Amino acid sequence: MDIQTIGVMGGNGKTGEPEKVTCFELKMGDIISIVGPTGCGKTTLINDIELFANRNTPSNRLVLINGQPIPEDFTFDPRKHPIALISQHTNFLSDLPVGEFLKIHAKVRGGDNPEKLIGETLEFANQLTGEAIIVSTGMTELSGGQTRSLLIADAVIIGNSPIILLDEIENAGIHRTKALELLKQYNKIFVFVTHDPHIALLSDFRIIMRNGSMEKLVCTNPEERKVAGELGKIDNIMLNFRTLIRNGEEISEHMMSKQMELLKLTN
Amino acid sequence: MKLIIFAGPPTCGKTTVIRQVIRRMLKKGYKPAYLKIDVLYADEDKIIREEFDIPARKLYSGELCPDHCNVVVMDEAVEWAEKVGSDFLFVETAGLCLRCSPYIENSLGVVVLEATSGMNLPYKIGPMLTLADIAVITKIDLISQAEREVFRYRVIEAAKDITVVESNALYGIGIDPIVKHIERSSEIEQPMFLRGNPPVGTCTICVGKKEIGAKNHFGVLRTMEHDLFYIGE
Repeated sequence: MDIQTIGVMGGNGKTGEPEKVTCFELKMGDIISIVGPTGCGKTTLINDIELFANRNTPSNRLVLINGQPIPEDFTFDPRKHPIALISQHTNFLSDLPVGEFLKIHAKVRGGDNPEKLIGETLEFANQLTGEAIIVSTGMTELSGGQTRSLLIADAVIIGNSPIILLDEIENAGIHRTKALELLKQYNKIFVFVTHDPHIALLSDFRIIMRNGSMEKLVCTNPEERKVAGELGKIDNIMLNFRTLIRNGEEISEHMMSKQMELLKLTN
Repeated sequence: MKLIIFAGPPTCGKTTVIRQVIRRMLKKGYKPAYLKIDVLYADEDKIIREEFDIPARKLYSGELCPDHCNVVVMDEAVEWAEKVGSDFLFVETAGLCLRCSPYIENSLGVVVLEATSGMNLPYKIGPMLTLADIAVITKIDLISQAEREVFRYRVIEAAKDITVVESNALYGIGIDPIVKHIERSSEIEQPMFLRGNPPVGTCTICVGKKEIGAKNHFGVLRTMEHDLFYIGE
């Protein structure tokens, strides 16, 4: 199936009230964020998208592909499933070594050159992790950050899905700005569930969730894009300190004021 | 009468899947009955009777394997379901060693597997999977999508022609395709026959021999060097 757009028609929130956002549509290259407090239904929304909800989930939403609903008994060839969902899982349960798992997944997904795909996947993942993933390691032995990095890389490169849903990628201690930067090179639809203002403002628009319901849709305006840039710099300060601390250095007030000066200079 | 036999390892979600299926069958106006076969303890009959007010029974196999018990009693069970006016009999069997196949010719065999059970499970359980019509993979929300795809691949590799349905039965997700297969399944024919042979045709242990070692037994023997992937042929 050639996917041009994916749309969501609103259903109802936890109390049964109809959703205020009645519909939205995404086209290839769009990046959006879903924001709101814990428990407000962000994950449920991306689960609905992943399941091609057809008014048959508790939210009663309808998902449209190229403007059409997907019949309930329609099953995608799993090798060509157009949606990849990176859930909040930070550990694998598969008792296989990383290399073998990726090899089978590449085979399932029908890539012509599995070895090349596995190489690319690991290279992508290792740019996001602290310590590099070793192919002979068991999947279950990977750390939370390594697991999440591998899941993202696998979905983008081996899965090659046109639509990628990412649930709170900031949680596992991976390099999230780097992740966004790498992801933007691919012409796909990205949906981020996030608590991170930087990711939210780097998106084309954001959906605000409340009590299980899509409450509001806000398009990122030019001023917000500038703010996103500033938030990126603050992010970098945090990352710089993280690196210093990881390197065993002692932190001084001087380091802090130097970082703050850099922030002012670039304003 | 249509006979739907559910098998699968303990706690894999058989009862949860069956409850979701029965809920939908009742909405469509069918009259299901339910039988649970277990070794020592089961309360699923009570749960199902109270939830749906349908004929539901349980049977303890005691010293027998529940799948063996299934073979011995199924004619009576079908008679009972007919007598209480049902058109579908759902049988849930606990299994024991889980290498056996409880499915009967012209019944619909459904094996329920947990997505979390490890990548080698499809190769380990043999005829319970290879002779089933449908494999329902439950608890899909607990693993990543990549793992789901690899697990599904391993299931199909072990059982080439099986229909795989992925389900999160707690939330009723993935149940409708199972119901469709159940509706399309064939009527049971008398006399009934098992679809495959059990892994041990003649069991010397069953008849009271306690000595260890192949030299002390007869019938179907295995040695450590034996290499065989048992599919119940």
